[in-house]
Amino acid sequence: MNYLNISYTIRSWLLSLDHKRISILYLISNTVFFFLGGAFAVLIRLELMTPAGDLVLSETYNKLFTMHGVVMVFFFLIPSIPTILGNFLVPMMVGARDLAFPKLNLMSWYVFMFGGALTVSSIVAGGVDTGWTFYTPYSSTYSNTHVILMAVGIFITGFSSILTGLNFIVTVHTMRAPGLTWMRLPLFIWSIYATSLIMVLGTPVIAITLLLVALERGFGIGIFDPKLGGDPVLFQHLFWFYSHPAVYIMILPGMGVVSELVACFSRKRIFGYGFVALASVAIAVLGFLVWGHHMFVSGQSVYAGMIFSMLSFLVAIPSAVKVFNWTATLYRGSISFATPMLYAFGFIGLFTIGGLTGLVLATMAIDIHVHDTYFVVAHFHYIAVGGMVMAYMGGLHFWWPKMTGRLYPEGWAKLAALTIFVGFNLTFFPQFILGYLGMPRRYHMYPEEFQILNVMSSAGASILGVGYLIPFLYFLWSLRRAPPSGPNPWDARGLEWSTPSPPPVENFEARPKVDEEAYAYPQIKEGESVGQ
Amino acid sequence: MSDSSVAHQFESIEQQRQAATLGMWIFLVTEIMFFGGAFLGYAVYRGMHVEAFSRASRHLDVAWGSINTGVLLVSSFTMALAVHGVRRRWFLGATAALGIVFLGVKFTEYAHKFSEGLVPGARFRGAADEELFFSFYFAMTGLHAAHMVVGIGVLGVLMRRARDAAVDVAGLYWHFVDLVWIFLFPLFYLVGRHA
Repeated sequence: MNYLNISYTIRSWLLSLDHKRISILYLISNTVFFFLGGAFAVLIRLELMTPAGDLVLSETYNKLFTMHGVVMVFFFLIPSIPTILGNFLVPMMVGARDLAFPKLNLMSWYVFMFGGALTVSSIVAGGVDTGWTFYTPYSSTYSNTHVILMAVGIFITGFSSILTGLNFIVTVHTMRAPGLTWMRLPLFIWSIYATSLIMVLGTPVIAITLLLVALERGFGIGIFDPKLGGDPVLFQHLFWFYSHPAVYIMILPGMGVVSELVACFSRKRIFGYGFVALASVAIAVLGFLVWGHHMFVSGQSVYAGMIFSMLSFLVAIPSAVKVFNWTATLYRGSISFATPMLYAFGFIGLFTIGGLTGLVLATMAIDIHVHDTYFVVAHFHYIAVGGMVMAYMGGLHFWWPKMTGRLYPEGWAKLAALTIFVGFNLTFFPQFILGYLGMPRRYHMYPEEFQILNVMSSAGASILGVGYLIPFLYFLWSLRRAPPSGPNPWDARGLEWSTPSPPPVENFEARPKVDEEAYAYPQIKEGESVGQ
Repeated sequence: MSDSSVAHQFESIEQQRQAATLGMWIFLVTEIMFFGGAFLGYAVYRGMHVEAFSRASRHLDVAWGSINTGVLLVSSFTMALAVHGVRRRWFLGATAALGIVFLGVKFTEYAHKFSEGLVPGARFRGAADEELFFSFYFAMTGLHAAHMVVGIGVLGVLMRRARDAAVDVAGLYWHFVDLVWIFLFPLFYLVGRHA
């Protein structure tokens, strides 16, 4: 008896309080949103094959990039690892039977779905054209699109984020197994914890901000309206106060996954465990101090800009610490190239490029030239797609056996990983060049001389799309046709691997006791050779 | 007092209680961030339009505002008594009743503002530079009132089946909502009223 076959009714799934089942509910809904956001991306890249705006009207194009951004940010990236891998693994990794608040967990999913339904209905009703950033006064006064519906949808979905974060924080604080001290926790837990801090502290700010925009549109209560003495830039401050930390919500969990993968596939404890753990918290804290780097050209004070610039340089440091520590972990490790590890490698390289270009953007004098160009677009896609989505794929492959009891087909998986890597770089590297050369973002027409790079980018996108489709197909296939995985196909360390695959409903027969550090892989001695 | 059995995910009633309390404190922190954004907006605009805010504040009735402040302070007292286990159902009921009184007064004030044409939007009849003040007034006191409604609802449920931990945690919430009002009252009713 495990959590999957204990009952097959729809009711038992839709009313389940089991964190493992809820994570599967999120897996299904998030996958749907991923493909929806991807569909918008397809249309965008199709339009951009030619310099003229000849596939869709400008107004339509504005809606396409808005909805691509909204769906991908709020309905895929922010929830992805926390609600799928986090929900499944947090209780197991701390040795608990479930999260602190299982009913709140289920409610979070319904809140997420309700917010998603409202947002999708705003799309179906005709969409929104403000950009996912909803800048005022366009969004609050002048746009003729379904802003209120979408703003309310995101507002509601935000509560899902808040409640999930709250659940994780309380669980990690109060439900760790005996002997599981903070410094023995897997680094995935540290990352989820730091992410949860951001979710809990930052999300309410976007909630109030979007609410004020909705009130302004709906009731004419003018808060950002200059005619009433309001300040549109105040919106930007409030918006980015959340949305910058939000990007750390969209990377920290990925970093946590990478730590787990690097440790397991180097057969080695993560180098500088304490520093990596602390770096997660440092990123969360510092991440709240840098929002103004999105506003260098908004008219804010130059001195404020300088401080934000410097703090942005500072926030890169803990991320760099992680990259160095992962690399140091590899040194003299016993490395194997299973698919999850391929994704981890992809993450480390691509995140580094994305992060370095972030420093470029944080340099005010350069940002003046590349702000609102494809340079920015390339930067964040390197981090979000090259980083986070790769980590997500790596984590999905790594824990798939635990979650489903099945192996995925390794050959196809490697092929997909390679396809994704090639497709990704072909899509987004040209965009760095385009941005540097001056192509603005959010434009559906561009000068002739940019066409070659745009065509390369669109070609890359088609390869990337195929790369994502392959795992979708073989994961589904594996549910029925793949061989059973056994409890620990990777011979990994961690409490979750001590249970059967799939785990029983209560996770553990007896409450685990922990008496060793995380990643207690046997040390490889000098001169010893380690077989596969 | 009735004490329910331990939920299956917890090892002991003590752990369950700790988790519930920590959970509520974290939720209250999110509420601070939520209202905080609005307070920040208020602060920025008041800094930019000091005289207009002062003038607009005169339109609010300090008497009603003070009565409401008193009502909420007493309700926090009755809530504290309920948390301490003193005639629990009675004092939970008293707290809820006082909350309803508060909402009644608020509703009356809103009605007055409506008839005076001070509700922002197309029908605003006040001075042009006072509309921003009233935008914040309605948005923030409205949000506060919504939180009161939820609180009263929770009290109603607790009057029927009151578990120690639940009343504790509801008390935290109620005191928080009271505290928000303590900030709202001077910021909206007492602007520029010093001698």
